[in-house]
Amino acid sequence: MLTLPCPFCGPRDETEFGYGGEAGVAYPERPADLDDAAWAEYLFLRANPRGWFTERWVHRAGCRQWFTVRRHTVTNEVVPDAAAQEVR
Amino acid sequence: MSSRLPTGGTRLDRSRPVTISIDGQDVPAFVGDTLASALLGSDVRLVSAGIYSGRPRGVMGVGAEESNAFVQVTSGPGEPMVRATELEVHEGLSVERIAGRGWLPEGIDHTRYDKVWAHCEVLVVGGGEAGVTAALEAAARGVRVVVCDDRPALTDARAGELVSHPDVRVLTRTTVVGAHDHHHLVAVERRTDHLGDDAPPDVARRRLWHVKAAEVVLATGTQERPLVFPDNDRPGVMLAGAAATYVRRYGVLPGHRGVVWVAHDDGLADAVALADAGVELLVVADVRTTVTPALADALAERGVPLVLGAEVVGTDGDDDGFLYRVHLRGPDGVVVHDVDLLAVSGGLNPAVQLWSQAGGKLAWSTEAAGFVPAAPPPDAAYPLSVVGSALTGATGAVTAPATFFCGDVDDADAARVYLDPQRDATLADVRHAHLAGLTSVEHVKRFTTIGTASDQGRGFGVLTVGVLAQVLGRPVTEVGTTTYRPPYTPLPFGLLAGRDRGALSDPVRVTAMHDRHLAAGVPLEDVGQWKRPWYFPQRGESMHDAVLRECRAVREDVGMMDASTLGKIVCHGADVGEMLDRVYTGLMSSLKVGKVRYGVMCSPDGMVADDGTVARLSDDEWLLTTTTGNAASVLDTLEEWQQTEWPDLDARFTSVTEQWAVVALAGPRSRDVLAGLAPDLDVSAEGFAFMEWRDATVAGLPVRVMRISFSGELAYELHVPAAWGGALWDAVASAGGVTPYGTETMHVLRAEKGYPIVGQDTDGTVTPVDLGMAWAISPKKVREGRDFVGARSLVRDESNRPDRRHLVGLVPVDGSTAIAEGSQLVDAGADLAAVPVPMHGHVTSAYASVALGTPFALALLDGGRDRLGEELDAVDLRVPVRVRVTEPVPYDPEGERRDG
Repeated sequence: MLTLPCPFCGPRDETEFGYGGEAGVAYPERPADLDDAAWAEYLFLRANPRGWFTERWVHRAGCRQWFTVRRHTVTNEVVPDAAAQEVR
Repeated sequence: MSSRLPTGGTRLDRSRPVTISIDGQDVPAFVGDTLASALLGSDVRLVSAGIYSGRPRGVMGVGAEESNAFVQVTSGPGEPMVRATELEVHEGLSVERIAGRGWLPEGIDHTRYDKVWAHCEVLVVGGGEAGVTAALEAAARGVRVVVCDDRPALTDARAGELVSHPDVRVLTRTTVVGAHDHHHLVAVERRTDHLGDDAPPDVARRRLWHVKAAEVVLATGTQERPLVFPDNDRPGVMLAGAAATYVRRYGVLPGHRGVVWVAHDDGLADAVALADAGVELLVVADVRTTVTPALADALAERGVPLVLGAEVVGTDGDDDGFLYRVHLRGPDGVVVHDVDLLAVSGGLNPAVQLWSQAGGKLAWSTEAAGFVPAAPPPDAAYPLSVVGSALTGATGAVTAPATFFCGDVDDADAARVYLDPQRDATLADVRHAHLAGLTSVEHVKRFTTIGTASDQGRGFGVLTVGVLAQVLGRPVTEVGTTTYRPPYTPLPFGLLAGRDRGALSDPVRVTAMHDRHLAAGVPLEDVGQWKRPWYFPQRGESMHDAVLRECRAVREDVGMMDASTLGKIVCHGADVGEMLDRVYTGLMSSLKVGKVRYGVMCSPDGMVADDGTVARLSDDEWLLTTTTGNAASVLDTLEEWQQTEWPDLDARFTSVTEQWAVVALAGPRSRDVLAGLAPDLDVSAEGFAFMEWRDATVAGLPVRVMRISFSGELAYELHVPAAWGGALWDAVASAGGVTPYGTETMHVLRAEKGYPIVGQDTDGTVTPVDLGMAWAISPKKVREGRDFVGARSLVRDESNRPDRRHLVGLVPVDGSTAIAEGSQLVDAGADLAAVPVPMHGHVTSAYASVALGTPFALALLDGGRDRLGEELDAVDLRVPVRVRVTEPVPYDPEGERRDG
């Protein structure tokens, strides 16, 4: 069971969270301007690295806030995402 | 002929004799014995039999490394495949011998199991000398410490100090079985197994501990490994360290006349202990050519001959297969000894299972003659360390190939060199694997099944690696070891479930009117976690008849339903209108206070995700309803979009599903009923129009009345704070002639109107256009180029292909044959034997209809809207029903009934 660093509630068990996949995939400014291929890339294509990955979680059974962490997909090391912390 | 010594046994309470039984034979024992020690103490040497070979098997080890002696516990709740070396005896303990495989006890295990969560700074696994030292050091730092040990009590002299320390929790009879991510360790505490009928009724039999630790220290010690030779599995062949331990702990002589064969100094020390206890040792053999002189001297003083550079090349069994002769090959040739004990020891394996589970690497150590911890798990945030003999293995051990087995075993003998007694797998199997081209230890494990039994290779695993190295002619370092995975020792499913079984296995949600439904004896339908009235049968009435009666009541008179499970979300903020414009396909921002609008939500891929209504309560307060099943996911979706994409929008969302109870009132007479209950409310068609809501006093209660319809009839939804839900239900029920109806009737009524249920008539591949609901997409938003979730996907060419599956209606051509939900739609008269039969769609909903006078169905059909009037076969379980495609709104397609 991972321990995840909710920036609002502190470290909590993984079972309290929902997973949100790769972070930083912004909703396109104007989806209508994208061709089908570019739109499909936004919808379906996500990075799947072996190593460090910046990903989103939501503290679903807690404060219900979304946040971003960096996780190593091999070792499951988890560190708060510095950039996301600054934005907050 | 008892083998129990008159004195001794550190674990025994000789003042408390008990009687146990194996296969109905009584065996005397003392409190503190294990089954293994009790059997050895009474010279009962047969414990089990090989699963395939049927060969007799006895006790080899003394703890978790035992891979031979498993029994079926038949007293108490019973348990299969219990290791005799870890089964503590109690009065009345009854076991049966098994041939390699136990059986699940009959019936339900009513034993109480509990789960406990614990948090600490330091978890120490193992309460031996090194573990106690580590725990006391940590406790001295003033941090919380948990110590787990699988024995009945700590034996270290400082145990008292540790147990009484306020920051230390010592868990005995507790086995750590799993080391998971981020220092989440799982341990099994056996609380009452050793007490039998004396177990206090208020104490859970076992507890599953979930320990979250900042730091973990493994003081897990070592596990002895054997040496192998042909016929190495006979009762009477034991590990030398285990044999000495039976003397020390249990006052049991494991044999009377023996040979000892070892490969390290600790084994020689065990031989000295056995000689001192009174075992007549004919010879002690060592694979090494030089040994520590002090140990050689100790044996000489006791008159025990020591032969160096020697190896056992075989054993003979008596008529029962029990050991009675050892063939020992020394420098002077093979000598045969008559014995009842052959004690062997090939080395001490560091117990590195948890280290490996946690992600630590292992490396072969020539000093330890075993796999020892190497690189730690990479996550520095969760420090893991190892102390004590788990780092060092055996003293003075050798690692030459001869340590593992004598290399010149011929193929016939190899089939009797057991490398996993529990699996009956042998050296011949390893050779076979090699001949088959397998060289990886992981492949050989799977090919031979060695190490896959319930001891998970603790007894013979490392030995097998060495044997494989010899077979391959490669160094042990290159062969490596298999991966260790949880659990370290088996645990029952009942323990994993704990109290979360039966009624507690999943939360049950009930509405504010639930007690009324129970009192009425209404059959309930499970809708997710909710319990909902299914139908309201009158005396002796079938479900079919009840549903037809209820449907008729709503179509012709008036009915009432408990609609409380509807998902309800309140939205606050100045920008809620804009937010809802972005998540619904329709236009919501233009909604006036007092009005209600139907809405469809899509996923970004354009597929229908949910539908419901939006009511504007005030300038900045809105109420959304969702389908019962999607209440949580819709709230999640709204929050995700607002927080992650549109944080500039002033919008907040609160689930109020359980705060409000809802009674649906439907049917042409519903206006009259409402007028009677709410005399101050203007219920006229002009004063209270369709898709409007009013706050009103209904039966003296504060009710939000919404004029919306899920049946096509004139209908209202009465929303009341949940505390008054029962009172409102009673008031409507006693208003006179109102027929209660359940979910089944609701489904029929909505289907007659072609209203799809998201998740039943849709499956994540269906767009609003596919449902024939293009009207739900705001033309204004499209015209102005305003985006909403799913908009881009809906304009893809693929989303508008004419052959997409459309929602249509179906009726049986003969007007009477029922259509089954899930039926596949094929060409009329298609040859069902000519597989694959081309399929054009499937039936999503199907009911009998009193309003239509015929069974009918909703279906998703390829290009369905262009096939109205076409005949197809709807096939269920190979039985076709000829159907005709119709509009998806079979009943009142003009919508003339909603105003009553």
